[in-house]
Amino acid sequence: MGSIEAGLVYKTTSEIKGPILIIENVREVSYDEVVKIKRPTGEEVTGSVLDVSKEWAIVQCFGDTSGLDLDVEIRFTGDVLRIPVSEELIGRVFSGSFQPLDDMPLPLSTDLRDVNGGTINPAARDVPSEFIQTGISSIDGMNSLVRGQKLPIFSESGLPHNQLAAQIARQATIPGKEEEFAIVFAAMGIKNEEADFFRDEFEKTGALGKTVMILNLADDPPIERIVTPRIAETIAEYLAFDLGMHVLVILTDMTNYAEALRSISIAREEIPTRKGYPGYLYSDLATIYERAGRIKDKKGSVTLMPILSMPAGDITHPVPDLTGYITEGQLILQRELSLRGIYPPMNVLPSLSRLMKDGIGEKTTRKDHSDVSNQLYMAYAEGTRARGLVRIVGVVGLSDRERTWLEFADQFEQRFVNQGPYENRSIEQTLSLAWALLAILPKEDLIRIRESYIQEFHPTNKRER
Amino acid sequence: MSLVGKIERINGSLVVSQFEGEPKMGDLIEVGNLKLMGEIVRLSNEIAYIQCYEATSGLKPGEPVLDTGMPLMAELGPGLMGAIVDGIERSETDLWELTGPFVSRGTNISPLNRDKKWIFEAKVNVGDRVSGGDIIGTIQETASFEHRIMIPPGQSGVIKSINSGEYSVTEIIGELETDSGIINLTLMQRWAVRRPRPIRERLPLNQPLMTGQRVVDTFFPVAKGGAAAIPGGFGTGKTVTLQQISKWADADIIILVGCGERGNEMADVVAHFPEISDPRSGRKLIERTIIVANVSNMPVSAREASIYMGITLGEYYRDMGYDVVVLADSTSRWAEALRDISGRLEEIPAEAGFPAYLADRIAEIYERAGRVQTLGTDERLGSLTLIGAVSPPGSDFSEPVTTNTLRFIGTFWALDSELAYRRHFPAINWLRSFTRYMGVASEWWSAQDREWEEMRAKALSLLEEASQIEETARIIGEKALPDEQRLVLLMAEMFREGFLVQNSFHEVDTYCEAEKQAKLLKIMIEFYNTVNPLIRKGIPIEKVRELKIVKTLMRLKENRGVEPINSARLEIQYETDELAKEYEVK
Repeated sequence: MGSIEAGLVYKTTSEIKGPILIIENVREVSYDEVVKIKRPTGEEVTGSVLDVSKEWAIVQCFGDTSGLDLDVEIRFTGDVLRIPVSEELIGRVFSGSFQPLDDMPLPLSTDLRDVNGGTINPAARDVPSEFIQTGISSIDGMNSLVRGQKLPIFSESGLPHNQLAAQIARQATIPGKEEEFAIVFAAMGIKNEEADFFRDEFEKTGALGKTVMILNLADDPPIERIVTPRIAETIAEYLAFDLGMHVLVILTDMTNYAEALRSISIAREEIPTRKGYPGYLYSDLATIYERAGRIKDKKGSVTLMPILSMPAGDITHPVPDLTGYITEGQLILQRELSLRGIYPPMNVLPSLSRLMKDGIGEKTTRKDHSDVSNQLYMAYAEGTRARGLVRIVGVVGLSDRERTWLEFADQFEQRFVNQGPYENRSIEQTLSLAWALLAILPKEDLIRIRESYIQEFHPTNKRER
Repeated sequence: MSLVGKIERINGSLVVSQFEGEPKMGDLIEVGNLKLMGEIVRLSNEIAYIQCYEATSGLKPGEPVLDTGMPLMAELGPGLMGAIVDGIERSETDLWELTGPFVSRGTNISPLNRDKKWIFEAKVNVGDRVSGGDIIGTIQETASFEHRIMIPPGQSGVIKSINSGEYSVTEIIGELETDSGIINLTLMQRWAVRRPRPIRERLPLNQPLMTGQRVVDTFFPVAKGGAAAIPGGFGTGKTVTLQQISKWADADIIILVGCGERGNEMADVVAHFPEISDPRSGRKLIERTIIVANVSNMPVSAREASIYMGITLGEYYRDMGYDVVVLADSTSRWAEALRDISGRLEEIPAEAGFPAYLADRIAEIYERAGRVQTLGTDERLGSLTLIGAVSPPGSDFSEPVTTNTLRFIGTFWALDSELAYRRHFPAINWLRSFTRYMGVASEWWSAQDREWEEMRAKALSLLEEASQIEETARIIGEKALPDEQRLVLLMAEMFREGFLVQNSFHEVDTYCEAEKQAKLLKIMIEFYNTVNPLIRKGIPIEKVRELKIVKTLMRLKENRGVEPINSARLEIQYETDELAKEYEVK
């Protein structure tokens, strides 16, 4: 971001606490303005103005503040944070504050974009409705993803959310179309080896050439994470709405992002709400998630897949909770399933895709898709209820009907949810598999499926025909 | 008369400004060189605190601010039907054309289109004495919506001139001679959004709002002019339920306020409502719908204003004598906006960081619902029904927004994530929900079917009994229960699948007319009354469960009309007779 060199320099810092600096006697400073803070080593760290009056400005520093003294040089740049965008960004690797990490210079471009982006006018939004086949049955069959959707993965440490995200990035296609996704990958506070995993994955499949990586790793300055996802999405918006590409944005891990936001809030002594997070966490997360979508009369799309870890597996934790209220559904991974060796360990019951209804059906997948999905949910819910009963009354205490539900649930997990990390199932395969499993149940119990579809698609009927 | 001041400080959406002179609380302010919109939320000696409706990036201390001397007003007049506007009533379609697909700042456009001409038909004559609320003429705004032009509240006098013809909203259609001089009449009026529009009299509620959703209409109805809340965690179906109500409610006007919610959901309504027809009038739903869309990544303070905007629009149509439903999704986001501003004003927080006046503000909002006799001499009746979604953090219903909302509403639809997980939609929990409008609803339903009240009570008691029995079954297993209790479980299942579950994407089941609801309820109870004695006489529950009619009853809802229900009655008789014969019981 070294594009703006002008600006007033101050050495009037009166207080440094954590990531926050208070600078006195400032003039002509604007809200949200970018500042450059000169470290003793001579290198410049970026910050931005959080609060400004006629006399002072409060600045958040995106780098490490240790080693700074009150004589630190602060340069106000006179502009909000912008990054240069061009087609040459594709294939590049940058730090969490947009410094090149691949020994190449910053792209030369006069096209500078505000990283905070804008709000897509709701009237200009196009309803996302293009079904994305991920090749993963528990997603395609029951939580279908569409282009322009924001669908997070809620996970816990130690679960294979990275493998899943990589598999989705690798396999995602629109049936009948050849266009591939460009990928914008933003890491926030993840470990080096996790970032390496993604880089290797993208390299192996040749996806690296259409990937932009923005990496803030676990040992990088935590406050830098405030800008990392915004840089990623500014690039994604450019690729999608200027160059007409279909972009998949992976943001991991959003919980680390929220923690950075929390430390700023605490340093500013704001009134905390749940677990010390600021009251504006919802609105702040929305400014990141809502940038996904499609725009009428524009070819491209931004599909967003944030990954976040639920501390102690708690889905009511503020980060997953508020995320779920903003995103269009959620995919939830569960430790228990993982322990049983099921990959992906998708806890399908609380998982959801809100935009599924627009992406599936006769025109895109198959007309029975919606009913089959509803029936799988219901049957699996009955099966897990029966499984709970077994713990108390034993299998002998179950009615015949409950035993069938239980049998279904076991088979469903083993054959439908469970698949290989390189197994790519077509939507036809997924739906056939679903019917094969539903055939375990008596036809009378397929209450969520229209009778005409049972006639047409039930395996026993198929054989008779 | 407008005052000029200078910015002292900018802290997020809060701008502090010095003023010479006396600005008023609630005054609308143009902030900075960009002329961003804002509103005064606190005053102290020569200092005004302004909540800004637009992002404040780039503002500098010292930039000018301008007090317009007026509070935030809604422009009321023809041209809003089918529109999508933001929290301060700017047409988002116009903004899009003007500034591109991303919302830009400081774009000052008039809410009502100034160029469009409307065909106005005068309904009063020169010399007529009129006062606030009197209808002076009409405009056919859409194929089936008659826009009634009224004298604004507080004005009265004698019509000096009035002419039918083609007018834009600001052109003069006539003159009114009042005690204090002559006033020009136009098609448009303005109203401050935070002030309820005046009425002649509040009236008792007398009719349920029919929504075509069985669990709502039959079990937990809301009255026309009543207030309802629908709290639920994410994924429990708040939005889909509200959308279903906005599609099928038997109201004249629907106002959908997307308050801090998803942009794609708003786009979905805009895309699909023009395709769907109202089952009663046959007209397109969009022709009776206004969308106020303030999405989650728009500034929070405009979110705070959007609910008042939606309600004020609703009151205007109510005053014409229409039944209006205002749906707000979600009031929690509105409350969070209050919290955000309160925090920046450094007010001492009460519970969960919310300001101490949260309950008062919630009460003010819900009290604007009601059935009224409007102003005007023709004794018009109108109603405004207010339905608010609540998004409790961590699905915890004991949080302040949910608990304070429950104090001021009449119907409570409690959403249940367990039901949502089994794709039981609408996921309204029948044991935790309540309605205070049962008296009104019973009267209406009993006019359709005299036994209705009894049947509803029976159904609810079976469902309640089933939940008790399920508790036991969880310990000893269903098989160990006596058959009579297992019959209750079977009935509960049949009610769930055959009545309570309603697939909003099913071409028939998405809407269920009242007659069909009553008949479905009745046939379920009849089935219970027929088989219960058989079970008591020793016929095993498995035999009853195997009856073909059980499945038929659960699928009756998928059929169009009520004819299949009538024929199922014969089936019940036939199959149970056969069963009785087999076991030789009478």
